[in-house]
Amino acid sequence: MTPRITDIWVYLSTTPLLGLTVTLLVYQGAFWIYKRADFNPLLNPVPWSVATLVVILTVTNTPYQTYFDGAQFVHFLLGPATVALAVPLYPQLGKLSRAVVPVIGGLLAGGVVAAGSAVGIAWLLGASDTTLLSIAPKSVTAPIAMGISEKIGGLPSLTAVLVMVTGVLGVISAKYVLNFLRITDHAVRGFSIGVAAHGMGIARAFQVSEEAGAFAGVAMALMALGSSILFPLLLWVFTR
Amino acid sequence: MLGALTVLLVFQLVGEVISHGLGLPIPGPVIGFALLLLALAVRRGVPAELRTTATGLLQHFSLMFVPAGVGVMVHLSRLRDEWLPITVALILSTLLTIACTALVMNWMMRRFAGKEEA
Repeated sequence: MTPRITDIWVYLSTTPLLGLTVTLLVYQGAFWIYKRADFNPLLNPVPWSVATLVVILTVTNTPYQTYFDGAQFVHFLLGPATVALAVPLYPQLGKLSRAVVPVIGGLLAGGVVAAGSAVGIAWLLGASDTTLLSIAPKSVTAPIAMGISEKIGGLPSLTAVLVMVTGVLGVISAKYVLNFLRITDHAVRGFSIGVAAHGMGIARAFQVSEEAGAFAGVAMALMALGSSILFPLLLWVFTR
Repeated sequence: MLGALTVLLVFQLVGEVISHGLGLPIPGPVIGFALLLLALAVRRGVPAELRTTATGLLQHFSLMFVPAGVGVMVHLSRLRDEWLPITVALILSTLLTIACTALVMNWMMRRFAGKEEA
């Protein structure tokens, strides 16, 4: 490296431009491959982009915080995009109102299994208490899961990672599990992905159909609502 | 597009104010989502501009999870120490969650769906 290029690198690495541009380039590259592979779930662009970016940051010795200073502009859009979920849900309100009982049933079953099985299996395999408390809200959307984790004594930043990994596993496996169980109703398919894999599940469900995406959105919102009430209540019961 | 984006941000802002003002554990964007749904129901329809913007934004919803996902690099050593319980728990739990939710909801759809409808 000539001193000149080093100077340019030193300058660029302090501006948000680099983190933002690299995120967009890597994601679009990963999405291009995903599209070329006929949307094979194993090539989902999120985990591949994350892996590529981690390698790039490690090789260039860039701290996560420096990268995030740029990438936060993309991260910020999660807020308005969550609000925007109301738009595709609106035309499905009729179907949703007819499916209130199945939706609540599916939510309760899925929510209990999500938290219970994760904590139970991790405990059987000897995970530490901190990990157990951090893994409990892993199917809930990240901002809420982090809040819950903090309240019950886990590590919020570890929870954020576990939430992401859960989302990736959910979007990769959902198609196979649902096809194996011969579930054809797009409302049920979308809702199941949303319960298990929060916002990332919604993104995946929208690639299938508007109906699946809308029901995945309902699932994420109800999981957020239910768990932010239920987890503190459970903690209160157990610590009395 | 600018108008629709402003609408989304205003709903998010109102959601944040309600969430923090009342000390609710529910994040602002989720409250904003519920309020926008309510507003659309009252208005009986989605304005074309809002529909276009929302669709465009949601098309790239996956991209928005990438920056937080890269945060995995901060926890690599902790994950290395407990990789087995974490991996097995997350994989099995995700499969079980999808399967249980789908089976219960599917069964109830056939049994109860539409019955409470007028």
